[in-house]
Amino acid sequence: MTWLLIALALALLLLALLLRRRRGRARATAPRRAPMPEVLVRDVAPIPTLAPSERAASLDDRLASSRGIFDRVRGLGASGSLSEAELEIVEEVLLRSDVGVVTTTALLDDLRANGAPNGVAAAVRGVLEASFVAERSVRDYADADRVPVWLFVGVNGVGKTTTIGKLAWRNTNEGRKVVLAAGDTFRAAAADQLERWATRTGADIVRAAEGADPGSVIHDALGRAHARGADLVLADTAGRRANSTNLLDELAKIRRVADRAPGQVVETFMVLDATTGQNALSQAKEFLAAAAVTGIVLTKLDGTARGGIVVAIERELGIPVKFVGIGEQAADLIPFDPADFVQSLLG
Amino acid sequence: MFDALSNRLEKVGQTLRSRGRLSDADLDQALGDVRAALLEADVELSVVRAFIEAVRERVSGENVSQSLSPGQHVIKAVNDQLIEVLGGEPLKISYASKPPTVILLAGLQGAGKTTTAAKLANWFKSQGRQPYLIGTDLQRPAAVEQLRVLGGQIGVEVYSETSDPVTVARKGLAEAQRLGRDVVIIDTAGRLSIDAALMAEVRFISGAVNPHYTFLVIDAVTGQDAVHTARAFHESLTLSGLIVTKLDYDARGGAVLSARGVVGRPVVFASTGEKLADFDLFYPDRMASRILGMGDILTLIEQAERSMDADVVADSAGRMLSGQFTLDDFMAQLGQVRKMGSLGGLMKLMPGMTKEMRDAAKNVDESQLDRIEAIVRSMTPKERRDPSIIDGSRRTRIAKGCGRTVNDVNQLLKQFDKMKKMMKTMGRGGMPQIPGGMGKMASMAARASAASGRDLPPGFEALGAGLQSGARPAPASSGPKGKKKKGGRVTPPKSR
Repeated sequence: MTWLLIALALALLLLALLLRRRRGRARATAPRRAPMPEVLVRDVAPIPTLAPSERAASLDDRLASSRGIFDRVRGLGASGSLSEAELEIVEEVLLRSDVGVVTTTALLDDLRANGAPNGVAAAVRGVLEASFVAERSVRDYADADRVPVWLFVGVNGVGKTTTIGKLAWRNTNEGRKVVLAAGDTFRAAAADQLERWATRTGADIVRAAEGADPGSVIHDALGRAHARGADLVLADTAGRRANSTNLLDELAKIRRVADRAPGQVVETFMVLDATTGQNALSQAKEFLAAAAVTGIVLTKLDGTARGGIVVAIERELGIPVKFVGIGEQAADLIPFDPADFVQSLLG
Repeated sequence: MFDALSNRLEKVGQTLRSRGRLSDADLDQALGDVRAALLEADVELSVVRAFIEAVRERVSGENVSQSLSPGQHVIKAVNDQLIEVLGGEPLKISYASKPPTVILLAGLQGAGKTTTAAKLANWFKSQGRQPYLIGTDLQRPAAVEQLRVLGGQIGVEVYSETSDPVTVARKGLAEAQRLGRDVVIIDTAGRLSIDAALMAEVRFISGAVNPHYTFLVIDAVTGQDAVHTARAFHESLTLSGLIVTKLDYDARGGAVLSARGVVGRPVVFASTGEKLADFDLFYPDRMASRILGMGDILTLIEQAERSMDADVVADSAGRMLSGQFTLDDFMAQLGQVRKMGSLGGLMKLMPGMTKEMRDAAKNVDESQLDRIEAIVRSMTPKERRDPSIIDGSRRTRIAKGCGRTVNDVNQLLKQFDKMKKMMKTMGRGGMPQIPGGMGKMASMAARASAASGRDLPPGFEALGAGLQSGARPAPASSGPKGKKKKGGRVTPPKSR
């Protein structure tokens, strides 16, 4: 114990000083005068965009405007094995779709091992589709006398509230009685936003004042859903960064509350923005640990982003993508189809 | 997921140490690692390629200096290049001679435009300006309400109406002129860069108000798509700069480099937290270290920020150095450290630890800490504030209370006293006399406390060239008058 205290104190002091310095540096460091460098990249080759087959008109538009690198792959003939040049093109497509270095390397290894008897494009499609093997049915029933709850988690600005609105629309259309729980009591006007969706879809909503305890809102929603015999509760939560223990603990607590009778959490969706890069993997890891995520909703796929990181997430963590968001309208949230997704990933 | 680049390059460096010069093959290997690291940090592929070429030019042919290993040499070149690209000429906000100065914010859905608008208004307010907010996001339900609530929190008026975005912008600007406001910030709806109709709309807004500054708000977690977004917005709106948000996430933030690389405009502001005050000018050197995942120190601080209450730690550090450190502070800090995980793991990351100390730390019995806590908890609040009043009978009582011997209590008090004296010496900038392996760590702490904040203590330099960027003297005169952040980035659950 003699040295322990001293070492501990030194460690604490050093840490505290570093923390202080880091905050202090914000004030102390002036931007250095360096000559403005030229624009690094003048020509960014476009990569083909994802266009869901349901929207044929826009699909044509986009394909016309995007001359994909993958067209070059298509042109490559069938062969027993892939050449390094071919693999390089595949690598570029995957990397630029946010699949990530580690997963891309693994996929390329698979390709090297399997060869390409039916052409390069088919081989790439094959290894990618083999990544999506998890069960992706959506559970919408609970045990007897319990109300099924879908809980939505994710970082800020990925589209949790909008996703809930769209799923409320989908479920009320299918004849279910839906209750929305405005569990995002942190962001200004988040509950108002959800209320608009409730009005639009005819769903019931339970909300509380800003800053209220999200657990209590969800608890109230469960009570009301049970009393009125609702078929499904969609519970919103505040967007939170996935690298804060406190915020993740709060989320774990919310999930425990939602899972208490009469509620039963049957799905926990992590909402993920398709523009997200490699950080999505650590988001998925943290949310999986804190809230037992059962599926991913991949939003904003109607832009130029491809959402390739879900390949890595499913391969590494086995979390299946269950829905994809492809537009701003209520109907623009559709079940995930691996074949379609791979198709669009490859252009 | 990925070893810090510095570690990887260090390994490359070890095989090359005997040679004085980097061969092309060595360089290819090192740059291959840099490429992978940049890609993992979400820098876009074509930007990575251009960047690597620039670094190659910088490094090749140069003599490797004696003090740096070849690996460090490459890291330094990468870091310098990063800072050069990220930094560039800082954008100094100059105010319009005929107010108001108009600022237009644009970006994808969910990038954080509305929050940024409010944070920016708050920043201008702290600069002594009178900002005015205009909400033209009539698309997302309740977006204007969100802006109004945030505006209310910072005491800035918000203009909006339910007509169309262009009219709202025009009328809002007229209203701002009438009220005599000198900065107008226009929030717009999130839009995809390929949505021709909405891109035309934002051009119309821009045409109607003629903004002095147009900023693209970009999310630090963005992946490869950042280049397409940035380029499309730049082509439509001619950006004056970028604002990067969500820097409090653990993303490396390569999107900043991607966007910067295609539009050639500087990153002006960075948003680093949920509170409205978590917003400041952008610092390229921090971003460079972050993209490269440099150094144990950064990991340590990140880990600390993740679980510690920064205010508690910072406050008690101040008291430590002034010699007013109490047992209460000690308990609070101990609690914070234990929240971070095992003491052994923490010690491993601490700079300046010798190998013996690391080994010893690995074997620390956490129950020893429990015992220390038990002893302190058995004291009265008064005793904790001023241990000098603890006499013989008090010692006996404390020992009984915690189930330890009087000897244990004596030892703890003696150690605490020693520690306090040591801290005080360091607070005056002196070097405490400490035997054994802890001297190095102590000297680092002393230098850290003595350093004025302009340059890093020399001990840190060994940790990687990435941090050396902070060692350059900064011109004090042109330093931004950033507001000191009161709130830490760690949000205790209650404040949500």
